[in-house]
Amino acid sequence: MSLGRLFRSPEAVAGFAILGLLVAIALLAPVLFPGDPLAIAGQPLTRPFQDWTLPLGTDRLGRDVLAGLFHGARTSLAVGLAAAAASILVGSVVGTVAGFAGGLVDEVLMRITDAFQTVPGFLLSLALVSVVGPSLGVVVAAIALSAWTGPARIARAEVLSIRERDYVASARVIGMHPVEIAFREVLPNALPPVLALSSVIVAAAILTEAALSFLGLGDPNRVTWGGMIAEGRAVLRSAPYLSVIPGIALVLAVLGVYLAGEGVVEGTAAREGQA
Amino acid sequence: MSTLLQVEGLSKRYRRGNQEVAALDGVSLSIAPGETLALVGPSGSGKSTVARILLRLVEPDAGRISFNGEALLGLRGAALRAIRANLQMVFQDPMAAFNPRATVAGLIDDPLRIHGIVGRAERPRAIATLLERVGLATELAGRRVHEISGGQRQRVAIARALATRPALIVLDEAVSALDVLVRADILSLLAELQRDEGVAYLFISHDLGAVRAIAHRIAIMDGGRIVEQGEAATVIAAPASATGRALVAATPELPVFKETVS
Repeated sequence: MSLGRLFRSPEAVAGFAILGLLVAIALLAPVLFPGDPLAIAGQPLTRPFQDWTLPLGTDRLGRDVLAGLFHGARTSLAVGLAAAAASILVGSVVGTVAGFAGGLVDEVLMRITDAFQTVPGFLLSLALVSVVGPSLGVVVAAIALSAWTGPARIARAEVLSIRERDYVASARVIGMHPVEIAFREVLPNALPPVLALSSVIVAAAILTEAALSFLGLGDPNRVTWGGMIAEGRAVLRSAPYLSVIPGIALVLAVLGVYLAGEGVVEGTAAREGQA
Repeated sequence: MSTLLQVEGLSKRYRRGNQEVAALDGVSLSIAPGETLALVGPSGSGKSTVARILLRLVEPDAGRISFNGEALLGLRGAALRAIRANLQMVFQDPMAAFNPRATVAGLIDDPLRIHGIVGRAERPRAIATLLERVGLATELAGRRVHEISGGQRQRVAIARALATRPALIVLDEAVSALDVLVRADILSLLAELQRDEGVAYLFISHDLGAVRAIAHRIAIMDGGRIVEQGEAATVIAAPASATGRALVAATPELPVFKETVS
């Protein structure tokens, strides 16, 4: 796919710009703010743009808001990407097995998928984190727990059409083992429409992580935007910037991921239209 | 004459809505080692169903198939996968029959790897040898299937089928989608491979011109039955069935490539 196609629409350009900024911030966080972002850096409740060593001010405990923002970007991106990767992995494997095996296996797997889909996703995530305890890995698993059903359904639909193609028949004629046919011949070709979902899942995962942190169920050893918003809630009237700044970061991150994802999907669609 | 493949009383019915349609109705045929049997007939006569049942892609409702002395329809799992090395197929449209992500080398590597024909280290050489065998440059090995021509793709399909040195290759309309010059090349390649390797063909086609060029015997199908069977020259010169006469009347001349079987 050429870059020209990716950057065809202004929305995609904006999306990639935001996403690039986000990645840069996440990567630069330990360089620009090498200390512990949870350490006290100055006078509590310093307002933004007052002290240029602390450009965005400090929170109730005197922690640097800008450092928190940078380190929070790491958490948001890491959780978003890991949760999306996990749900696409689990979802596409479940969908491929269901679609390829058919019959009873398909029935059972799809009823399980139904069960997960009927329970509100956030409730599932809340339940898992509150039972197992908050850590980054558990938060990722909790988000993936509700997000894998979409990829599973799309992968299954795609596999149902692919398994009737001649190249699958050809693989059987060659004597390929059914497991190898499912995962080497069918799954890779079923993946593009599943991957198109990834931006939506990443965006939703960032929001879910923020919501969990806001409720105090995020990893307590990490700065998260959701946690910062929750911190600021107590002083919302006197120091609204403490909630507004990470809130804006959250909105921009989700918007950037979503727009960039749309750009990729449209770029791919344009290429396929030309083929 | 010994038999390689013996098919008896093959029947298959498909459901279409509430109606049952007989795709095959008691088809029997046999193929000797190194022989080419052409299965000819109009579209929808059941030729491809015979091919798909032989390759165990579709299960028949009734009938027996003996291949190399084994009851083919009774085989399952690993035993079935093992016998596939001896029984291969070339599809009509290689573009559809190849994984769109595969490379030429990967496609030919699959049967070599799955059936353990040669060790991992020697596989690139074996692939190059097979490519040369079907008249392709070894430089094509790294190409993807959409980067080569239709004739080259069908040669790759033949190399893939040939990799396990099968006793029988089912060619399901394998030359029908090719232009006439490429078709003549592929037919002469098939005849040459048969002469050198002793492979038998079930050559499925609706094109009597191609059949005349390669087949030793002909079976004409219509409506899921074999309506006429015999020596290729005899059937083409004087077809006994109405379907045979119609097919012969619709066919232009083509050169002959086949060798006579002793």
